[in-house]
Amino acid sequence: MKTSQELLNIKNLHTGFRIGDTYFDAVDDVSLTLGKNEILAIVGESGCGKSTLATSIVGLHDHNKTRIQGEILFKNKNLARMTEDEFNEVRGLEIGMIFQDPLSALNPLMRIGEQIEESLIYHTNLTKEQRRERVLELLNQVGIPNPSRVARQFPHQLSGGMRQRVIIAIAISCKPQIIVADEPTTALDVTIQAQILDLLIELQKETGAGIILITHDLGVVAEVADRVAVMYAGQIIELASVEELFTNPKHPYTRSLFNSIPQMNSEDEKLNVIEGIVPSLLKLPRTGCRFAPRIPWIPASAHEANPQLHEISEGHFVRCSCYKNFYFAGEEGGQTS
Amino acid sequence: MSFMQINDLKVHYPIRGGFFNRIVDHVYAVDGVTMELERGKAYGLVGESGCGKSTTGKSIVGLEKISSGSIIYEGENVTNRRRDRSSSFNRDIQMIFQDSTSAMNPRKRVKDILAEPIRNFLNLTPQEESKKISELLEIVGMPEDAKIKYPHEFSGGQKQRLGIARAMATNPKLIIADEPVSALDLSVQAQVLNFMKDIQNEYGLSYLFISHDLGVVKHMCDYINIMYKGRFVETGTRHDIYNNPQHIYTKRLLSAIPDVTPVGREERKRERIEVEKHYQQEQAKYFDENGRVFDLSPISTTHFVATASSIALVKEGI
Repeated sequence: MKTSQELLNIKNLHTGFRIGDTYFDAVDDVSLTLGKNEILAIVGESGCGKSTLATSIVGLHDHNKTRIQGEILFKNKNLARMTEDEFNEVRGLEIGMIFQDPLSALNPLMRIGEQIEESLIYHTNLTKEQRRERVLELLNQVGIPNPSRVARQFPHQLSGGMRQRVIIAIAISCKPQIIVADEPTTALDVTIQAQILDLLIELQKETGAGIILITHDLGVVAEVADRVAVMYAGQIIELASVEELFTNPKHPYTRSLFNSIPQMNSEDEKLNVIEGIVPSLLKLPRTGCRFAPRIPWIPASAHEANPQLHEISEGHFVRCSCYKNFYFAGEEGGQTS
Repeated sequence: MSFMQINDLKVHYPIRGGFFNRIVDHVYAVDGVTMELERGKAYGLVGESGCGKSTTGKSIVGLEKISSGSIIYEGENVTNRRRDRSSSFNRDIQMIFQDSTSAMNPRKRVKDILAEPIRNFLNLTPQEESKKISELLEIVGMPEDAKIKYPHEFSGGQKQRLGIARAMATNPKLIIADEPVSALDLSVQAQVLNFMKDIQNEYGLSYLFISHDLGVVKHMCDYINIMYKGRFVETGTRHDIYNNPQHIYTKRLLSAIPDVTPVGREERKRERIEVEKHYQQEQAKYFDENGRVFDLSPISTTHFVATASSIALVKEGI
């Protein structure tokens, strides 16, 4: 699904971490686009590379230990090739970031107002009064009651939900075109989570920003995303619109994941368990279907030697051909495992 | 027939301050919790962070001092003997913790970790002990060679299973599971939940399942207690709670859970905002003048709701 207003275009991105003298790719050949007004969710289990992808986009990785290859095109500039100084002009101004843990993302010794002001000082030429005004406006926009009082408070005086609102206020302070949200609601209670997600959608509608939402919670994805990329072992294994992915999942991994959610109406049924564990970065086989070891009852001939993403219907991509012959262990036609 | 009754359990933490650091007030972490536990059933304890659900669990096993109330275990009052080794209570009630990494001594091997409750309670010879540990590992589906490994050599799901094995060592009657799967990935979570259900059926265990994840609780539990500010706002079977929520707080909690179908999400959002608005308006009616939750009153034989008598409830056949 190529939108005409493409904001971000990631092409063949490899992000590798150095261990000893070799680099191990945690993000392995990822290509993605993000359109205006779009919420793109990236889902996967821990260790699949979704957060590494996020830090690559905002350039927050350790330059000495990380190697980035490929292109991250934003307004005809390649973010992957930018120096730290160049990136400082983009980060915060045009790309905002929301982190998982709002307490460790805020400076405990600075007042809320000052922290929001920081990026305004760096990126804009507003006068002191204008900045103050903007801070109150932002706090108001993210639904914080009594902004002038909160602006003078410290992070520890706020609740978790309020802190996350402050983080969002910082992220949107310069009206960025892209917001990267890494597990923004994982540390919050469900009621607060619902409020924060509603707030994100509302802000996105107002500003028209594109949001990359990184999460492991399929419920959150279903509630807010427009398009979903499922990652496994550093690769995107399925990419589709949210309706398509949830009603018609294809890749064995996606299907297995859906079957392991304890749903409201699953009650006494057995949950599906994916055999084995997520392979570690060091031992990851770099050829063949990476999910193959976890579905051993599927014959090797069903997999591709060098799995590619196939577009099976418009905007719906699936990696490897093994989905065609996939069945759950113990299902009809299946051998018991 | 219930084997354990918890009556009006209260845990209050003192707030010190003022002159000479006197006690100026209390935090009412758990403020009057009453429960009856039956053999082979799973009970859910659900609430937001800070509502007192973990404190309730900890105070039952004796990790937290009880301010008032009593715990009756098989007809015997064990309130003040919860950590008494001569009492069978200590052996029969075990706990599984949320973060299995920090719940195990990193310098001990698995066999010593699992042997701890055995040495405390069972008095076995070294050979018997070793056999028992092998049995435990088999129950949780781990290989024999896990014995000589250290906790850091295992993945999160495996560690959580070791935590369960340790809790199983003394053949307990009740396992208190404090967020046992919230740190795990979906597929691993499924593995641990399936496994907990299996051993429940096999050994007739009871669970007190503490969680904020309503999907998990619904999957696991027969009875669900919704907790808020240290008190129960609604208790009942899972069908009572999910199909006929009565308390405004329960409704709000249920409406906030994300559904795994994108279809109809706009509608759900509108509904959620409606419920939230209703909650803000009607809140006062559901809590007394001090913001405390009312006492529970029955609306059916299994379903109890905390309300003032002024609010008419939909009675279910009584």
